[in-house]
Amino acid sequence: MCGIVGLFAKSAEMEESLGEHLAAMLAQMNDRGPDSAGVAIYRDPAPSGSSKLTLFSPAPLQDWEALAAELRKAFGGSPEASVRSSHAVVVVEAEAPEAESWIREVHPELRVMSAGQSIEIYKETGRPEDFIRQFALTDFHGTHALGHTRMATESRVTTAGSHPFSTGLDVCLVHNGSLSNHNRLRERLRREGIEFETENDTEVAAGYVAWRLREGASLEQALEGCLEDLDGFYTFLVGTADGFAVLRDPIACKPAVLAETEDWVAMGSEWRAISVLPGAADARAWEPAPGVVYAWERQKV
Amino acid sequence: MATRAVETTAVEVVDLAETPLRELNQRLHDLTAAPGPRLWRVLNPNGAHAIAAGVDAEVEVEIEGHVGYYCAGMNKLATVHVHGNAGPGLAENMMSGAVVVDGNASQSAGATGHGGVLVIHGDASARCGISMKGIDIVVRGSVGHMSGFMAQRGRLLVCGGTGEALGDSIYEARLYVRGEVAGLGADCVEKEVRDEHLAEIRELLEHAGIEDVQPAEFRRYGSERRLYNFHVDNAY
Repeated sequence: MCGIVGLFAKSAEMEESLGEHLAAMLAQMNDRGPDSAGVAIYRDPAPSGSSKLTLFSPAPLQDWEALAAELRKAFGGSPEASVRSSHAVVVVEAEAPEAESWIREVHPELRVMSAGQSIEIYKETGRPEDFIRQFALTDFHGTHALGHTRMATESRVTTAGSHPFSTGLDVCLVHNGSLSNHNRLRERLRREGIEFETENDTEVAAGYVAWRLREGASLEQALEGCLEDLDGFYTFLVGTADGFAVLRDPIACKPAVLAETEDWVAMGSEWRAISVLPGAADARAWEPAPGVVYAWERQKV
Repeated sequence: MATRAVETTAVEVVDLAETPLRELNQRLHDLTAAPGPRLWRVLNPNGAHAIAAGVDAEVEVEIEGHVGYYCAGMNKLATVHVHGNAGPGLAENMMSGAVVVDGNASQSAGATGHGGVLVIHGDASARCGISMKGIDIVVRGSVGHMSGFMAQRGRLLVCGGTGEALGDSIYEARLYVRGEVAGLGADCVEKEVRDEHLAEIRELLEHAGIEDVQPAEFRRYGSERRLYNFHVDNAY
């Protein structure tokens, strides 16, 4: 069992209070996944030519100021580290792949949780209710967000093994279920140049979606490919810079509920998670059909 | 034996925003041994699990909103009415009484039910009536894939269509479908609708309060009896 939540703001008020609502949703999924929790929040896009990285340090006394100074020296500009618990977000004056390889080379002790223009990923082991406090989730604003509470089955309970997984720029995925063909698919994707950091099955699904997007597929096409190429149980929620999409495996092993109002679109493993949103009682609510992609995307400019 | 006594006509209102769910369920369970209120109204269910599960008394429970997993599970004698949608395992293993849902129900609605009537006015998703053992299920909308899987006894009436593999490995339950069947499961076949079937379709529609649908519009499905050891004594 795991818990999934997703929230897509359709109004300025909702964007402003996105973190508060996301936290309430995640708290409802506490007992579906007490091993670890994580969120991906899309907000404040980095200016063109720059990129945004979320970094994780296992060291409790990580000197993020020193890292920001090094980044200034290496890439110019005035990057600052915005620190939340064991994570920090930096905006670097370089394209994401360049900034990411610099981090991997110069600071191999740090882990890049996400890279892109607007994505930020925070995840940690421990109970979701503690995670919400530790990362001050209620402070966040943003356009859309995904969250996950994990009950581990396929791999160890570690920060790296927590969801969301990101293996592509501004792309992330959370998963309830388990995949059975992830080892072989991981090797295939590695040959395509997709990098993996764990033995986790969900990371392979994230890598698969990132690979399909890289090859020119739309979000819907990438997810439809999952129906062919992934074997196992899954409800996926995939986030991109513009929105999110939901897919359940063809025999609907894992639960999902969708709901929509004038102000928001929400996804949850259960109605409980959505019931805490403003106007939920009057929302249009339905269960996504198995094997069908449901996507919401902001108008691309 | 259960006490069926009714003490009052007043409605007992329980607000789950204030009262713990376990307290509500315990009070409902206590009615089996001691008389108490007959009419209950539950506010703010907010998708909580197992609301009014295990009730064994002639009471009416009105739930004002959406419920989570296993609502009215194992129901006996009670009438439970959900004014909203229901999560997985609605009325699972119901013994008798009635469960009514105004909206949609998620997976495995009425699973393994032995008796009573389950009415879903919206759609039911996958595995509706899986392994049903005597329950009657009426769905105003459609049902998802694998509905009536290994159904042994009882009747499943669907006014809309069904998903794939309807009635897979079915025993002696009777399935009535008005809309399109996406596909039949192993050993499930269409059967002739005779007068006695029209009569029971009429009875089920009346029971569910559905008036705009005609019994003649339904097709009947059941077991071809090739997959299991059929004995005539099992038929009814």
